[in-house]
Amino acid sequence: MAHGPSENFFTRWFFSTNHKDIGTLYLWFSFAMFLLGGAFAMIIRAELFQPGMQLIKPEFFNQMTTMHGLVMVFGAIMPAFVGLANWLIPMMIGAPDMALPRMNNLSFWILPFAFAILVSTLFMEGGGPNFGWTFYAPLSTTYAPDTVNYFIFGVHLMGASSIMGSINIIATVMNMRAPGMTYMKMPLFVWTWLITAFLLVAVMPVLAGAVTMMLMDINFGTSFFDAAGGGDPVLFQHVFWFFGHPEVYIIILPAFGVVSQIIPTFSRKPLFGYSSMVYATAAIAFLSFIVWAHHMFTVGMPIAGELYFMYATMLIAVPTGVKVFNWITTMYKGSITYETPMLFCIAFVILFTFGGFTGMMLSIAAADTQYHDTYFVVAHFHYVMVAGAVFSGTAAIYYWLPKWCGRMYDETMGKVQFWLAFIAFNITFMPQHFLGLAGMPRRYSDYGLQFADWNMVSSIGAFMYGGAQLLFLFNVIRTIGWGKPVEDPKVWEGADGLEWTLPTPPPFHTFSTPPVLK
Amino acid sequence: MTDQGSYYVPEQSKLPLGAALGMGTMGFGAAMWVIDGQSATVFFVGLAILAIVMYKWWGIVIEENMNGMVSNQLKHSYVLGMLWFIFSEVMFFAAFFGALFYVRVLVNPWLGGEAAITLFDDTPTDASTANAELLYPGYEATWPPLVTPDQAANGESAKFVGPDQAMSFPGFSSWQRILAWLPLWNTIILLTSSYTVNIAHHAIKEGDRKTFTRWLGITVLLGIVFLFLQAEEYIEAYQHMGLTLDSGIYGTTFFLLTGFHGAHVTLGTIMLLVSFLRGLRGHFKDNDHFGFEAAAWYWHFVDVVWVGLFLIVYVFD
Repeated sequence: MAHGPSENFFTRWFFSTNHKDIGTLYLWFSFAMFLLGGAFAMIIRAELFQPGMQLIKPEFFNQMTTMHGLVMVFGAIMPAFVGLANWLIPMMIGAPDMALPRMNNLSFWILPFAFAILVSTLFMEGGGPNFGWTFYAPLSTTYAPDTVNYFIFGVHLMGASSIMGSINIIATVMNMRAPGMTYMKMPLFVWTWLITAFLLVAVMPVLAGAVTMMLMDINFGTSFFDAAGGGDPVLFQHVFWFFGHPEVYIIILPAFGVVSQIIPTFSRKPLFGYSSMVYATAAIAFLSFIVWAHHMFTVGMPIAGELYFMYATMLIAVPTGVKVFNWITTMYKGSITYETPMLFCIAFVILFTFGGFTGMMLSIAAADTQYHDTYFVVAHFHYVMVAGAVFSGTAAIYYWLPKWCGRMYDETMGKVQFWLAFIAFNITFMPQHFLGLAGMPRRYSDYGLQFADWNMVSSIGAFMYGGAQLLFLFNVIRTIGWGKPVEDPKVWEGADGLEWTLPTPPPFHTFSTPPVLK
Repeated sequence: MTDQGSYYVPEQSKLPLGAALGMGTMGFGAAMWVIDGQSATVFFVGLAILAIVMYKWWGIVIEENMNGMVSNQLKHSYVLGMLWFIFSEVMFFAAFFGALFYVRVLVNPWLGGEAAITLFDDTPTDASTANAELLYPGYEATWPPLVTPDQAANGESAKFVGPDQAMSFPGFSSWQRILAWLPLWNTIILLTSSYTVNIAHHAIKEGDRKTFTRWLGITVLLGIVFLFLQAEEYIEAYQHMGLTLDSGIYGTTFFLLTGFHGAHVTLGTIMLLVSFLRGLRGHFKDNDHFGFEAAAWYWHFVDVVWVGLFLIVYVFD
């Protein structure tokens, strides 16, 4: 076994079998995609700054909304958490590396190819995918540009990457724990990732099935989604959301894990209700499989179906509530300090709960008839995706980056970034609730004059939010290159867990012989 | 968890990047291929890259094992990897079985005019009858549907034309017809092959290599016969039964379910064939034969899928 990273740049970063280097690759790739998807969002918000068509054509607007969603979900958020999993899981459970290090590198390197294929469609005849990130048939089949085929194979590749990555995580957690690291002693981040990986292995193949059905309908004359042949366009929605609903928990569960690591550190108290957190995570994962059609309340389901999916969806609030109460109770009577990661986590708890409440509103089938496909939905899922997943991802970087590179970030700049992001986020997405309740439909490139004011406010917030991310990038680069050295293995006074017993920064290979836990 | 502390973390490797390059090229090439008028060259270049990389990759894994670098703990990682991979395959088939159930149980009756108000009372209402008459007048919901909604409404000008006959169980009317029914033979062949692979498995556990290779060889042959008969059935469907990918939802679900199953049988046969060749070279020991065991698990999995297919697609339709 090599004792340090290869001297050769290409060998080190392209042929790696090291969980830390591959984690770094995932994180940088994810940030690049975050900026790309963010650029698409900036184009969307610039066009929506005023009513009327100013900057781009409606066809291109459709491509932007579609690509923004796809790049953010599959390119930015998911790889970010896989990157964190790579860095942290082996260090948290006392393993020398991931269980299958070569497959680990394959899972990563598929992604640049998949996204090259997806993004290249923007420059092709007919343009990129323009049917929304949920790619409903027949918009994505009968009426789609030819480039939809590139999209289909791009999705297949992303799926292959996710499945391999998840199998690796499951094998690592099940097989590589240090002696004494029983399941109920695992840090919550490891637990949430184990359950997330299970969800991924279960539903990514269903997504592959959905795009395969599209491929067959488009090119080989089948009629899965064509009622003329006896199929049904609604079938697409069922298959898609059977993947899509667990997918939103795939995105948020690792975020729960991160928050459950950080809040105890800065509250200087152990996590309240550890085992109930584990059970709640498992319960959310189970429920995620049986609620998918709440995305389809207006499609014309039998009443019995509407009622069932409504009540089943509301049940999710129970385990999610358990989590929120546990985070709050962890902070209760703690000696709290407000470092940047903690600020992001507190904002997470508040804003994610807000997004959860709008989710409860949407779960009421009768009310959803009004909200469906409006900006209310857009606002709802950005509260859980951005203030949920992205905030916790940012918190994770601030929290563990000093550990990883042995250098401290600039606290003032971090706090400035937090407040900028927090305020800008709310300026961007809070007004979208009002727009949606007033009836503004999502995915439109133009709107009536009555929506003008709040759209302008939202766009201003979006540009600010984009700026906050550049500040984040600057702070991270500054930390890695010129940050103040940290030597304390614990970095944070209240930190607890195996990763904090390692030297700071950790050597290239850690836990070559496993630690023993009592 | 034995052998703690000697987990083998491999050196840097070019193979993963090569595999990703092969897969990316394949994906790009496949899209070029299906879009009219572009060639399949890029796809096959990608496939070739991937095939070479996989050959080398597994070669290295085998070599590592032969050289004793693979601890029991690492072996267990491979076991977990295979089990969860098979689980992901189960979910892939679940998507297609789910589509079939949804269409058969709900959509088809709705297209024929049944009401979709509750799941418990589907008596046609004025509205549901009017709906069906408006969309596809004259369509009668039967399964298997020999007339598509398109055909019922548009007759000759229909895009989707139903099959002349379905692949159904011919009934107990005559023994000759049952014996001439290929799916029954395919079922017998696959069930037998699961049994023969099991004999091989038990043989290698007892270190009896001769019995192992003999019964594994028989299993591979049974797999090939199955694929041959399946091809025969497809030719029959296309040439004599008018059952094609274009013949509406019946042809769609039939070919996609059996087609993906056939693709998996092909993969399983290749895996068993490789195990057979490795067996001839003496790679497997009584306590160390996971390469074969993984292939055998995979084979049992495709067998179970076939039993599901046989019952749902062929017998109870």
